[in-house]
Amino acid sequence: MGKTLYDKLWDNHLVEQREDGTALIYIDRHLLHEVTSPQAFEGLRLAGRAPWRISANIAVPDHNVSTDRTERLAGVQALKDEVSRIQLTTLDDNCAAFDIPEIPLDDLRQGIVHVMGPEQGATLPGMTIVCGDSHTSTHGALGALAHGIGTSEVEHVLATQCLIGRKMKNFRIEVRGPLGLGVTAKDVALAIIGKIGTAGGTGFAIEFAGDAIRGLTMEGRMSLCNMAIEAGARSGLIAVDETTLEYVEGKPYSPKGDEWEAAKAFWSTLHSDDDAVFERELVLEAADIKPQVTWGTSPEMVVDIGGRVPLMSEMATDTARSGLKRALDYMGLEEGQRIEDIEPNVVFIGSCTNSRIEDIRAAAKVARGRKVAGGIKQALVVPGSGLVKQQAEAEGLDKILLEAGFEWREPGCSMCLAMNADKLSPGDRCASTSNRNFEGRQGFGGRTHLVSPAMAAAAAVTGRFVDVRTLEEMS
Amino acid sequence: MLAFTVHSGLVAPMDRANVDTDMIVPKQFLKSIKRTGFGPNLFDEMRYLDEGQPGVDCSGRPLNPDFPLNFERYQGASVLLARENFGCGSSREHAPWALVDYGFRCVIAPSFAEIFNGNSFKNGLLPIPLDSDIVDRLFAAMYETPGYALTIDLERQVVIEPNGEEISFEVDAFRRDCLLKGLDDIGITLQSADAIRQFESGYQKTYPWLFHRLEV
Repeated sequence: MGKTLYDKLWDNHLVEQREDGTALIYIDRHLLHEVTSPQAFEGLRLAGRAPWRISANIAVPDHNVSTDRTERLAGVQALKDEVSRIQLTTLDDNCAAFDIPEIPLDDLRQGIVHVMGPEQGATLPGMTIVCGDSHTSTHGALGALAHGIGTSEVEHVLATQCLIGRKMKNFRIEVRGPLGLGVTAKDVALAIIGKIGTAGGTGFAIEFAGDAIRGLTMEGRMSLCNMAIEAGARSGLIAVDETTLEYVEGKPYSPKGDEWEAAKAFWSTLHSDDDAVFERELVLEAADIKPQVTWGTSPEMVVDIGGRVPLMSEMATDTARSGLKRALDYMGLEEGQRIEDIEPNVVFIGSCTNSRIEDIRAAAKVARGRKVAGGIKQALVVPGSGLVKQQAEAEGLDKILLEAGFEWREPGCSMCLAMNADKLSPGDRCASTSNRNFEGRQGFGGRTHLVSPAMAAAAAVTGRFVDVRTLEEMS
Repeated sequence: MLAFTVHSGLVAPMDRANVDTDMIVPKQFLKSIKRTGFGPNLFDEMRYLDEGQPGVDCSGRPLNPDFPLNFERYQGASVLLARENFGCGSSREHAPWALVDYGFRCVIAPSFAEIFNGNSFKNGLLPIPLDSDIVDRLFAAMYETPGYALTIDLERQVVIEPNGEEISFEVDAFRRDCLLKGLDDIGITLQSADAIRQFESGYQKTYPWLFHRLEV
């Protein structure tokens, strides 16, 4: 019987299979950031343990960092938020003490850990990749087995280079046919979550396949795998192909010379066999997928741009009815309301889901020659890394966005989770390219609508949610 | 790690599906570099009427009178009864830290998100998945009965209702064993250190590019 891509990656990293069904899995790459690592380093210190293999690790600050240019130029010590500053300097201190390589805050390569990893070639096909962050699923786009872990597991990986786990089941989601113009990987992700729910992928590694996926750029594939966790799956995967190899070649930490040739030969085997068996399969037609907008407080609360908020009468159970009522109360919406009648007052373009160069280009394409609408009090664009920012500036995208009335910020996680100063105020309504619309996620009392970068930019320039495909430049 | 053998405790409700870890402990408290002290900020946005800030004493903050954990009858609860997909979202281990710091030892729900589920076991917090019909019945019994308490016997894998009726539950054999003995994973894994070294040396020969230090 053939193997799935996930089977191959699992088998290749299996150190020990135990009788009780658990297994010891070897971890190739461990990414660290300031929020989920301090207690892990403290644990090592208390137990007198050293990292098992330094070369597996790389750290970068991202969650807490200021995106304000003046504050950033002044350095970590000048960060106004003292609690954040302590956490950032703790990462610096821990990396120095344990000899872990760290890309510092003032480095051009600094960025959101899930943007930095692939960009630097620190994350590669065939690897097992973990990080104390649920959006580690992003790296599955490279044909790697990548998932988020908690802080105890951060310590476990540092101390042993392994994780204790059980094999997940295989779930193949095929998206057939080409995506329509103006429909992006983000829309595919949201459409899938709308279909299978936020627990639909629990217990599975999801492999995304089909010609719509093959046709995505690496940036798009990362956006899609990033959202696998919002469907409940810790890992999303995409087979290695020419697009993958072209992307990886020449990255700073990618193998070179003979090692590149050996790696390429190995990576070319990283796809599911034709006769591989998946415990679950789902097929979607790309032509059916339209730009998506979430209306509620869970990513599964999502509809097409032309759609409406559901009706109470459409809910099947008491829990669903009370869930809908609570979501509508929180979001300040009426049942049956048209999505195109919803007016955000904040726009956020950024996050590990949508802050790569292609995302900035998509936003700038919509913003070109237009102005941010009067009802929008803030429209933030936060590039995913210093290198994305530099590239965007080289293409003049910053100028287009600034002329339209957007703010152009320094890289970091920013308003996706609002650990820094970028946050919504109570009652604010945000068109956001991030990944979670949970209550309070982007700020206490803030309301989030998840969309693609093009849709967020369209909302910024029109002041309401609008089908980006109807805007002139897109047609 | 805190061992879990038999626990009896008052039951409190979290009667909504998809409770995410942002809800369990909001992001501003993740700036802490400690593992403890998150209890006062458990469910912060639902529990208090104002916006919580790290380092602020919560005893003077206005409580939300409509939030069940603030009801007199649920004070001292150590078993949380919840709905589908409990603990979804962010991987923050601060979520089980906050639940344990508050005093919870067990969460009963029809299903749990995976990362939260794993994190809980590592902190002496037992997640028990039960059929949603049974969870419905427990919710009804809890609402009807002030002082409603359950006993959880991990060794026998049963939840014991006040009338003595037993509900058996599934639990990962390895996780159960660790919880019963209060064992931490790292110590267990390091017993396999030779196997890890052996795997690693063969692996390095095949995939040498994975072993270069990432010079910054």
